[in-house]
Amino acid sequence: MQYTTDMNEGIHAETVTMLGANGDRINAFLARPLGDGPFPAMVLAHHMPGWDLLYREFTYKFAHHGYVTISPNLYFRAGHGTPEDVAAKMRAEGGVSDDSVVGDLEGAAKYLKALTYANGKIGIFGTCSGGRHAYLAACRTSEFNAAIDCWGGRVVMTPDQLNEKTPVSPLALTKDLSCPLLGIFGNDDTAPSPEQVDQHEAELKKHNKTYEFHRYDGAGHGFFYYTRPAYRQAQAMDGWEKVFAFCEKYLS
Amino acid sequence: MCTMIVEKVKIDGSGKGASGWFSLEQANISYDHPFNAPMEHTLNIDFVNASQGPSARVAVELSESAARELVRTILAVLDQAEAGGHL
Repeated sequence: MQYTTDMNEGIHAETVTMLGANGDRINAFLARPLGDGPFPAMVLAHHMPGWDLLYREFTYKFAHHGYVTISPNLYFRAGHGTPEDVAAKMRAEGGVSDDSVVGDLEGAAKYLKALTYANGKIGIFGTCSGGRHAYLAACRTSEFNAAIDCWGGRVVMTPDQLNEKTPVSPLALTKDLSCPLLGIFGNDDTAPSPEQVDQHEAELKKHNKTYEFHRYDGAGHGFFYYTRPAYRQAQAMDGWEKVFAFCEKYLS
Repeated sequence: MCTMIVEKVKIDGSGKGASGWFSLEQANISYDHPFNAPMEHTLNIDFVNASQGPSARVAVELSESAARELVRTILAVLDQAEAGGHL
């Protein structure tokens, strides 16, 4: 939806409680455009640095573009504190398990599907570990109509990287990908490296999946993050355009 | 945080966090994306006490060279202390 200055815009945003993996009650941040809708919807999988201000801003951003958007706190079970403190705890614990994340993201999708003002079409977006998690959720569930993986590391995993929390390389699940995929990557990134993105793309082709990959020169990991030195203005602006064009194509 | 390189070690001592001093029981050392330092990856040390929740944390994010120099300096100080008969 193209915003014009003659529009009356309103967004309602608040922390909500939803059911996640194993039926656990977890908190989530929900932002929705005001009005009757029906609106398309988005689930945001936050990055490894946590359920932080950046992801609240992303939640507002998608709502501004017309999407009912929910960002579940994937670290809820780690306890509470500042997002950085909680994320540091998860870092020390080797991250959150794939089963927990997929259960929470699936729960978020079900939460959105129950809303009377949503149109039933749901996309999933994530950056960094959230990109990997978005891809996992799109492979392991059939809840989503579009998936967006922004520089998700460890989509391609070697056997020595597999462990109890991450027992399967997401690449191996590609045959089960249940919706179109948008991939946004920086060519200077090392996780995922351009070679790993090549591997991912080859697997998608092998299984005749619908996908778009956009790879940016002069950008590395996290180039949407305006608070970090990794930010690359031109590449980020183009990337966001690709994100919203993809959402409009598959969720309207 | 995509390297997932992390080691944990049990420690004794005290740390001063946002709410004041607390007893330390563990240090978590990682090489991964920092929250604040303007680098893609840093050597991160979190001095924590898990029993007091995630906020019981003293954090540093160091460049590789700073981390290596810190290790050398800590060992040099301990060597001096030992040579002086303080250990």
